[in-house]
Amino acid sequence: MSAAISARGLVRRFGETLAVAGVDLSVATGEIFGFLGPNGAGKSTAVRMLTTLLSPTEGSAEVAGFDVERETEQVRLRIGVALQESALDPKQTGREILDLQGRLYGLDAPVRAARIAELLELVDIGDAIDRMVATYSGGMKRRLDLAAALVHRPEIVFLDEPTTGLDPVSRSMVWDEVRKLNRESSTTIFLTTQYLEEADSLCDRVAIIAKGRIVAQGSPTELKRSIGADVIIARVAPDDVTRATAALRAVPELGHVEATGDSIVVGVSNGGTAISPVAVALSGANVHVIELTMRTPTLDDVFLETTGARMRDEEEGALR
Amino acid sequence: MSTSAGTGTVTLARRAGFARDLSSVALRALRLTARDKESVIPGLFIPLFFLVVNIGSLQSFVEGNLPPGFDFKGFQLPVSVIFAVTGVSRAGSLVIDIQDGYLDRLLLTPVNRVTLLLGLMVADLVVVTVLGVPVVILGLLIGVSFETGLVGMIVFILIGTAWGVAFTGFPYAIALTTGNPIAVNNAFLLFFPFAFLTTAYVPQGQLTGWLAAVADWNPVTYLLAGMRALVLEGWDWTAIGRAFLAAVLVGVVSFYLAFASLRGRVRKG
Repeated sequence: MSAAISARGLVRRFGETLAVAGVDLSVATGEIFGFLGPNGAGKSTAVRMLTTLLSPTEGSAEVAGFDVERETEQVRLRIGVALQESALDPKQTGREILDLQGRLYGLDAPVRAARIAELLELVDIGDAIDRMVATYSGGMKRRLDLAAALVHRPEIVFLDEPTTGLDPVSRSMVWDEVRKLNRESSTTIFLTTQYLEEADSLCDRVAIIAKGRIVAQGSPTELKRSIGADVIIARVAPDDVTRATAALRAVPELGHVEATGDSIVVGVSNGGTAISPVAVALSGANVHVIELTMRTPTLDDVFLETTGARMRDEEEGALR
Repeated sequence: MSTSAGTGTVTLARRAGFARDLSSVALRALRLTARDKESVIPGLFIPLFFLVVNIGSLQSFVEGNLPPGFDFKGFQLPVSVIFAVTGVSRAGSLVIDIQDGYLDRLLLTPVNRVTLLLGLMVADLVVVTVLGVPVVILGLLIGVSFETGLVGMIVFILIGTAWGVAFTGFPYAIALTTGNPIAVNNAFLLFFPFAFLTTAYVPQGQLTGWLAAVADWNPVTYLLAGMRALVLEGWDWTAIGRAFLAAVLVGVVSFYLAFASLRGRVRKG
């Protein structure tokens, strides 16, 4: 299948700050591709480059077969974008915003009216479409933002953190809309998210980004399987973390061993058979174990494995 | 409609064209201006207030020191029109668009970039034309009469419109460069030297020293001279031509700054 989006060595600097540090990626047509990473990882900067809002410092990218720097107009005609903050004018009604979008994409009045009617079914805004956007809830703004990105029926849709700040019900509605859009019109979707469950639930493939670099890429299942079939988590006394990590790394049948805070995460191929050697190794090293649990791996475990930190820790580091 | 090789969806998008982009942006700006009356109407009271107060306080003094027949009311009317139309722009709302990310949404469309600014200026043109009218009506009510009649009155308003639109480039340049609403509000300060280092209160012949020299170089001096000619003297084409030329020259400078700032903002992302 051809690539709807491809990037090679994409770099963006802001003065001394390296926001995106050489991103290579390829997104297939009709795919839902997730860009997963904490705040400040470079997700939005990458999206702004792919959507022609920002010029790359180095590297190149093609969207829908067109270069994002040299063929900006061709790219813009084929993409729809919902940026991180709902980019809406509070003093217009929802319908006015959609209509203006349609005009700017060259749609004639009957086509605009038909598209707005279709989109109202998709995003379920109801009568509020004729109210000022200032009166909308956060969830309604997100859904209108999505509708505005779809007015011209784009081939590729970029959604930059489409559910950040939404309550669980609104988040679930946006997920349903994204799935429906992808299923019914084979639209390629590139979404950035800081929510592990969103990437896991929605995306065909995920790229994990940290400090401007892609550290892992694949389907959520592949990525999680790379850690092991199961994960054993040992929470230990803070003074024992180093000793416990060394003891577990010395056990040959265990997979990846990573320490995060007062916990040690161990990736194993079979949790049922591995939990005993883990317990024995910790006991043998005289480690005070507070809790020993087993579960299936998450994308956060993949993030930990590839970056050495939990996503939340990384986010706090970026904010400091 | 267009589609790319290898993509599943057929997009409906196509270039709308310059004229349609311009009208789309201008219509939105006018619609928002109509909803945002509180940002326009209070500004109108200031020139109306000054017209009444300046005439009330200075008419006897100025007319007493000038040859008989000098009409201070007609002399002051252009000043009030210039005060009414200067600094009126959508620059404040442009800053809000920048801060809310709505400008980014517009930049993501294939809209012609120039129309994003030009459309706002078209809306400003309508607004400043409308703002000049109540000032002229008040002038007529307090006894000002136009030597050039109704047509002269229209040309009088058009000179005010030309100046008002020419000046909009400055607040837009500030809005696009800074993205800061306070900086945009302070753009009116730029008008102070234009407004007061000129013949706002006394005729050019009465100015002396450095003020006379500065006034000679101030475009508002020529603007006021052209407008005053229409009220007090008749069809003085030299004065009228200089008034339009002054507006055009200021417009060239301010529009250059505004469109350079737009280019900078688009490039900066």
